[in-house]
Amino acid sequence: MRFLFKTDYEDDIRLFPHSGYVVSYGLLIAVLLIAPYVLSSYLMSQLVFVCIYATVGVALLILTGFTGQASLGHAAFLAIGAYTAAYLQKYNVPFPVYFLAAGLLTGLIGALVGFPALRLQGIYLVIATISFAFIVEEILARWESVTNGNEGMRIKTLSLLGVAVPRDSPTFYFLCLAVLVLTIVGTLNLLRSPTGRAFVAIRDSETAARSMGVNVALYKVKSFAISAAITGFAGVLFAHKLSFISPEMFTLQLSIEFIIVILIGGTFSLHGAVLGAIFIVMLDPFLTYLKDDMPGIIAGVAATLGAGTETAGNIQSKVAAFASLNGLKGAIYGIIIVLFVLFEPLGLYGRWLKIKLFFQLFPLYKRATFKRQKIYVKSERNR
Amino acid sequence: MLDFVQQLVSGVALGCVYGLIALGFVLVYKATEVVNFAQGDLMMLGGFFAFTFIGMMGLNYWLGFAGAVAAMALFGMLAERVVVRPILGYPQFSIIMATIGLGYFLRSVAGMIWGTDDFKIDTPFSQGVLRIGSLVLAYDKLSVIAATIILCTLLYLFFNKTTLGTAMRASSENMLAAYYMGIPVKRVVSIVWAISAAVATCAGVLLAPITFIHSNVGLVLGLKAFPAAVLGGFGSIPGAVVGGVLIGVIESMAGFYLPEGWKDVAPYIVLLAVLLLKPEGLFGLHVRKKV
Repeated sequence: MRFLFKTDYEDDIRLFPHSGYVVSYGLLIAVLLIAPYVLSSYLMSQLVFVCIYATVGVALLILTGFTGQASLGHAAFLAIGAYTAAYLQKYNVPFPVYFLAAGLLTGLIGALVGFPALRLQGIYLVIATISFAFIVEEILARWESVTNGNEGMRIKTLSLLGVAVPRDSPTFYFLCLAVLVLTIVGTLNLLRSPTGRAFVAIRDSETAARSMGVNVALYKVKSFAISAAITGFAGVLFAHKLSFISPEMFTLQLSIEFIIVILIGGTFSLHGAVLGAIFIVMLDPFLTYLKDDMPGIIAGVAATLGAGTETAGNIQSKVAAFASLNGLKGAIYGIIIVLFVLFEPLGLYGRWLKIKLFFQLFPLYKRATFKRQKIYVKSERNR
Repeated sequence: MLDFVQQLVSGVALGCVYGLIALGFVLVYKATEVVNFAQGDLMMLGGFFAFTFIGMMGLNYWLGFAGAVAAMALFGMLAERVVVRPILGYPQFSIIMATIGLGYFLRSVAGMIWGTDDFKIDTPFSQGVLRIGSLVLAYDKLSVIAATIILCTLLYLFFNKTTLGTAMRASSENMLAAYYMGIPVKRVVSIVWAISAAVATCAGVLLAPITFIHSNVGLVLGLKAFPAAVLGGFGSIPGAVVGGVLIGVIESMAGFYLPEGWKDVAPYIVLLAVLLLKPEGLFGLHVRKKV
């Protein structure tokens, strides 16, 4: 392991604390760049979704993780981005223009949502963002002249500088990856800047932030706008990937999935958003695997352990029946959320940090390092 | 005019159901500061229990009703013990997520057990109607209103006249102080969850003749009950019922007088407006933070 001695403030905000980071992230990027030429087209498609979900995850992280403003309405921002792209595309607006336009419009709407949110806190804010998402969903379904109503809109193939980029081509994947990497780097830089520091200050204590001279209202609105704008960009890619959008795709369910992304990843780190996105997107292939291959494998194991062919067949059919149960995905979601909140509130990235710290401090590791503090006296109502 | 009264009554009846679910939120919130996103799903589960007892096992309606309430009270305690107690005292966000997870789980499991069809419970009031002049009021709607009034009175008496109710109010003010004063906070919280699940079950059973029971009903109605609770001011029992009735009436009126599509959105628009003007809700306490 390597000890880092920080001697000035610049050391504390460096993007890469030491050269090891450059090497490992460089390797990761290299692997991701080779990926489309190695992986199957199905996995590639999942990887694109990982990029999109991770982008939204980062956006939500800025708002929820770093500014402390919960939102259950990010599906609406995604929808606004997607629909802006679809609408402008009808008039042959080039991709870079409507991509930026979608982000700007979503950011603007995000700021407008941020203003009423200034007076709200905690649960009231959650309800307000849910209401906002419902209203957007209903508008999308009813404003038929623009959104085509419940019939949905078809998205034409993306054309970048006159070259067609089909949604399952490596180029489209590179585009999504580029957006994700730019978002992450941008967010890292944002968090190093005074704005980012102000966000974190607001999260930790609004009163303290205000007394330090942070304009709380301004930064909350900024946080909403930035988060919404990034989600809008992701929305454009989302629309292109699906090639068809309709209002019922952008439900509360999707917003909850985004929250799960940052919850499972860890609500304090950008790594977490990416890990959470991988988790959420890969759950579907995993369930398919559970349905198709798992029963056979379990039966095989049972057979080698000495169970008769009949028992093995029995087990196989039982497992298969269980795996194809309707609603298993929802139940797994539920259990996963509850288990993460109960046992690993720092998420997957938190688990990684714990493992890392264990090996760094090997004989001296204490579990209490990561112990959460319970607060029984502090009341949200009296805040 | 007649149409108006007719819509008003059905709005109030629907609103009472929202109010009952919202009452569950408020009870839990008041006692433990936990916002229970699974309340609607507890209601759904209660409805399914009642359906199992009455529709499938052929029990008497009242017996089945009581059985469902008792079963759900136990279930509420179990849910509190397993999901909520370990994280009491942690940031609200964690607790909200845990209850959302619980809701997901209940919804999916109910779908697995009872299927995704609509179910109906035959109640003693299903058929009859009350005629006043040319006004026709269905008994099942009136029964919802009556049951809400009775439940609210009981809860009011319970919270203000009994020792246990006082203990609950104390632990909601400051859990740690209540603990030091010898109040068994854990048991109190457990009982609060039991009551809240029981109230939700009442809502579910009363609702069964109006909207059928299916595994997603909890999500739909739970999300309507939230505006109800917020509108009344989270943490105020009369507020929850008034908020519920308001949401129900608004929804019913919007469905009748406004173009299609407004019905589902109107409650949320009103909610946003109220939150903008009076963020603490209609009956909420405005407490300034002392630093």
